[in-house]
Amino acid sequence: MIKAEQKPLEEILLYLKSYDRILLSGCGACVTVCQAGGEKEVGLLASALRMARMKMGTPLEALEATPARQCEPEFAAELSETVEKVEAVLSVACGVGVQTLARHFPKTPVFPGVNTTFLGETVTHGVWEERCQACGNCILERTGGVCPVARCAKQLFNGPCGGSSKGKCEIKREADCAWQLIYDRLNGLGQLYRMEEIIPARRWGVESRDSGLRRIVREDLKV
Amino acid sequence: MVNFEPKIVAFCCDQSGYPAADMAGGLELNFPGNVEFVRVPCAGRIETLYLLKALERGADGVLIFACYEENCQFLRGNLRAKSRLSYAHRLLEKIGLEKERIEICHLATNCGPKLAETLHRKSEQLKKLGPNPAKI
Repeated sequence: MIKAEQKPLEEILLYLKSYDRILLSGCGACVTVCQAGGEKEVGLLASALRMARMKMGTPLEALEATPARQCEPEFAAELSETVEKVEAVLSVACGVGVQTLARHFPKTPVFPGVNTTFLGETVTHGVWEERCQACGNCILERTGGVCPVARCAKQLFNGPCGGSSKGKCEIKREADCAWQLIYDRLNGLGQLYRMEEIIPARRWGVESRDSGLRRIVREDLKV
Repeated sequence: MVNFEPKIVAFCCDQSGYPAADMAGGLELNFPGNVEFVRVPCAGRIETLYLLKALERGADGVLIFACYEENCQFLRGNLRAKSRLSYAHRLLEKIGLEKERIEICHLATNCGPKLAETLHRKSEQLKKLGPNPAKI
């Protein structure tokens, strides 16, 4: 799922310095799971903002809402009545959610309350790690389910590089070498022969973000 | 501030803090004038939000009365409360409030006098800090 981290309070206070009445909107999906922008975090941030502004002598009224998925226009529409009552919106959803609200409410400023960080997995409670870069052409079938695009610092398709040492990466020594993980996994599956298959260079300019905005169209689903 | 009687919200674990408060009451120990006890089934039930909300809604200080470490009936409830407290302290610093306004005290059921002493000490400390400037 999408992972995010709350922005520093000082930065958020700066965005909101000229507003007295805002809506703080969370999201019930990904950012709830990584505890950056769910209902609980909305309550906590709203409380912190109210107290900080009270202490500064400029009280802030912060309304709270947490739609099920902020990135869906239908759920954004549910906020319409509330948004009419406020001067600005602070969204603690991912960057997609922020943009959905911005598109939906053209006359209301929408500010981001979190930094959207990566697509990741929960390693353990309170720890999340990057697993996918949405590169547009998945090769996990060839690498035993371990992604070298997201997990190898050099994004090597035919690793490991010469810097892998004792299973660790030379760029980030606390991180596991992705190609060591791929080797171990293929070894466990009895598929080590896959290490000898050359993975051809990708057409990054066609398949990935390099060619600009990506879009998926399903004609059968359109209404 | 001569007549300032700080408002303290005291979250009490049902396995230690609450029976200790009960014992202190039975011993007719004196409490500061403005304390509100909140009974919780375990200190692990106390969310960071509760600590902040207490301050936002009018408390000058917050105390958590939890079991001694390694003595939690639910194994890690008191440790969870401790880590949430340190998160709340970080938030207080960013808000611009003194982190001393929220504190944890570990005790057991037979610690009525310790509970009363802690409340008095906290009350004196809050009198020196003054009223919570961020309460709404």
